[in-house]
Amino acid sequence: MRIFRAEWRKLRRPTLFFGSMGAVVAVTALVVSLLFLLIDSDMGNADRGQRITRDVLALPSGISIGFSSSAGLLGIVALCVFAAQTAQEYTYGTLRSLLVREPRRIWLLIGKYLSMGLFAFFTVMFSAITSVLLAFALSGIAKVSTDAWTTSEAWTNLFETFVNVLVSTFGYGTIGMVLGLLLRSPISSISIGVGWLFIVESILSIAWSPSGNWLPGSLLSVVASGGAPIGVTDVPSYSEAFIRVSAMITAAALVTGFMFKRRDVAS
Amino acid sequence: MTAISVKGLTKSYGELVAVKDATFEVPLGTICGFVGPNGSGKTTTIRMLLSLISPTSGSGEILDEPISHPERYLSQVGAMIEGPAFYPALTGAENLRVIATLGGFPLSRIPELLETVGLAGRGDDKYKTYSLGMKQRLGIAAALLPNPKLLILDEPTNGLDPAGIQEIRDLLSKLAKEGVTVFVSSHLLSEIEMISEYLVMLRKGEVIFFGKTEELLHRSRPTIVVKATKASDLKRLKKLVDEVGHPALLEGDELRIDADEKWGAELNELAFENEIVLKQITPVRPTLEETFFTMTEEEQ
Repeated sequence: MRIFRAEWRKLRRPTLFFGSMGAVVAVTALVVSLLFLLIDSDMGNADRGQRITRDVLALPSGISIGFSSSAGLLGIVALCVFAAQTAQEYTYGTLRSLLVREPRRIWLLIGKYLSMGLFAFFTVMFSAITSVLLAFALSGIAKVSTDAWTTSEAWTNLFETFVNVLVSTFGYGTIGMVLGLLLRSPISSISIGVGWLFIVESILSIAWSPSGNWLPGSLLSVVASGGAPIGVTDVPSYSEAFIRVSAMITAAALVTGFMFKRRDVAS
Repeated sequence: MTAISVKGLTKSYGELVAVKDATFEVPLGTICGFVGPNGSGKTTTIRMLLSLISPTSGSGEILDEPISHPERYLSQVGAMIEGPAFYPALTGAENLRVIATLGGFPLSRIPELLETVGLAGRGDDKYKTYSLGMKQRLGIAAALLPNPKLLILDEPTNGLDPAGIQEIRDLLSKLAKEGVTVFVSSHLLSEIEMISEYLVMLRKGEVIFFGKTEELLHRSRPTIVVKATKASDLKRLKKLVDEVGHPALLEGDELRIDADEKWGAELNELAFENEIVLKQITPVRPTLEETFFTMTEEEQ
C-alpha cells in the first residue's frame, strides 16, 4: 500500500494526470466523431477504411463501438505512461532512493504496477464516458437510432467492452513496463514499443496475415474488441487471443521481474 | 554493537576488482569518514552496504543485521548515494512526501527537515529549479526522513559553497551528538579531517586503514619548522640537529626538522648554546591529506 501511494503521488501531478486524461478525451472524441460524421463517406468511418453502417450503430452494441475503436489509442497512452514511469527511475537515478526505502524489489514493482493500473483505469473510464456522451450527442446529426442504446443489453455490452478495453490497456501497459525495465530509457522504451506494436506489426500483418495470430499488438486488439474487430476476418477467437497474449505478457513480466530482482543497481 | 561491520567484502566486474577484501568496523555514535581518491571503491562499497548491488564475496552487518537482509535494517538507515536524485517535475516537498510515503515515515517531519537543511522557503518550488547546493541539501533532508540511527552520505558537500559546507559540517556534528552514527564518504580529506573521529581509508579498492583519525595522524612523523634571525645560521643549525639524530631539510629560509614538538625546548637550547637566534619555532602535524599521500606512497 505504501508503494502504491508513493507512486500515485507522482502519477497524480496535474500536468501528467490532466494532460493524459485530456489526450484520452481528445482522441476518443476524434474517433467517435469520425465514426458518426463520416458515416456516409466512401473512405469509410472506422479503422483501416472499414464502413460501419447506421444499422450496425443502431444495434445495442452500437453504443460501445466508438469506445472499443479507441482502445488502440488508449493502449498507446498506457504503454507510454508505464514505460516512462518505470524507465525514468533509471534516468533520474531515483531507483536507488526507492530501493533504499523499499528493498523488496518485487513488491516495489507490484506496487508501482498497481498504481499505474489505477491510472490506466481512469484513462479507460474517461474514454468510455466521452464516447457514450458523444455518441448520444452525434446520433441525431448522423441519423442513427438510439432506441436500442438504452436497453439492458446495451449496458451489458458496454460493461463487457469496458472490461475488454481495460484488459487490453493493462496488456499494453505491462508491455511498456517490461520495456522500461529492460531498456532503462523512456525514449527508447516508448519508441520501440509504439514502433513495434503499431507500425511493425501492421506491416507484418499486411505482408503475411497469419502472423497477426501471434503478434501481441494484434492479439490485444482482438481482446479489446471482444473478438474479431468489425470487418476483420482471419483472426483468432477472443479466448484464443486472450490466452496467447496473456501467456506472452506473463512470461515477459516474470523474466523481467526476475532480472530486476537480481540486477545490480549501479546508476 | 557496531553500526557497520564488514568482513572480506569484495565486488568484481569480470576482471576488474572494484572492492577487494574490505574489512572494517564503524562503532555506533561516531562520525566516520570514508576516504579515498575518485575510483577507489567508496561508492561501490556503499552500494553493497545498502544492498543495491550484491557482493561477489564476503559478508557485512549493518546495525547487527546481515546485509543480505536489507529489509531488517534499512528502515533505520538514511542514505544519499552518488548525489541527490529526485523527480524534476515535483516540488522539493512533494519529492520528500514520495520518499516518506514509500518508507512509511510521518509527513509531519518534512517542514522541520526543510528548515534543518535551509530550504524552508523553497520547499514548494520545483526540484528542477534548484541549484546544485539546494539539490544536495534536499538529498540530506531525504536521508534524515527515517530519523536514522545510521546516516550514510556519499560526498554530501559536493556543490556547496563554503558557508553551506560549514552548515553541513555543523549538522553532522549535531546529529552525532544526538547519537546518530554518520558514515560520510569524501575525496576532500581536509573536510573529513575536521569532523571525523573514525576513518576508513580506501585505495584502489583496498582498505589501507581503519580506526581513529587521531591514531592515524599520530602515525605520521611530526615536524618542527624553524626560522633564524640570520638565514645563514640555518646551515649550521642543520648540521647540529643532524648530529643529535634529527634529520633536517633546509627549504629556503626555513629548516624542517623531523622531531616531535616536545623536542622544541631542547632545540631552542641547542641553538642558544651555539649563538643562533631563532625567530620562529613551529611544530607542524601532518594533515590527513599529507598522511594519506605518505601512506599511499609507502603502499606503492
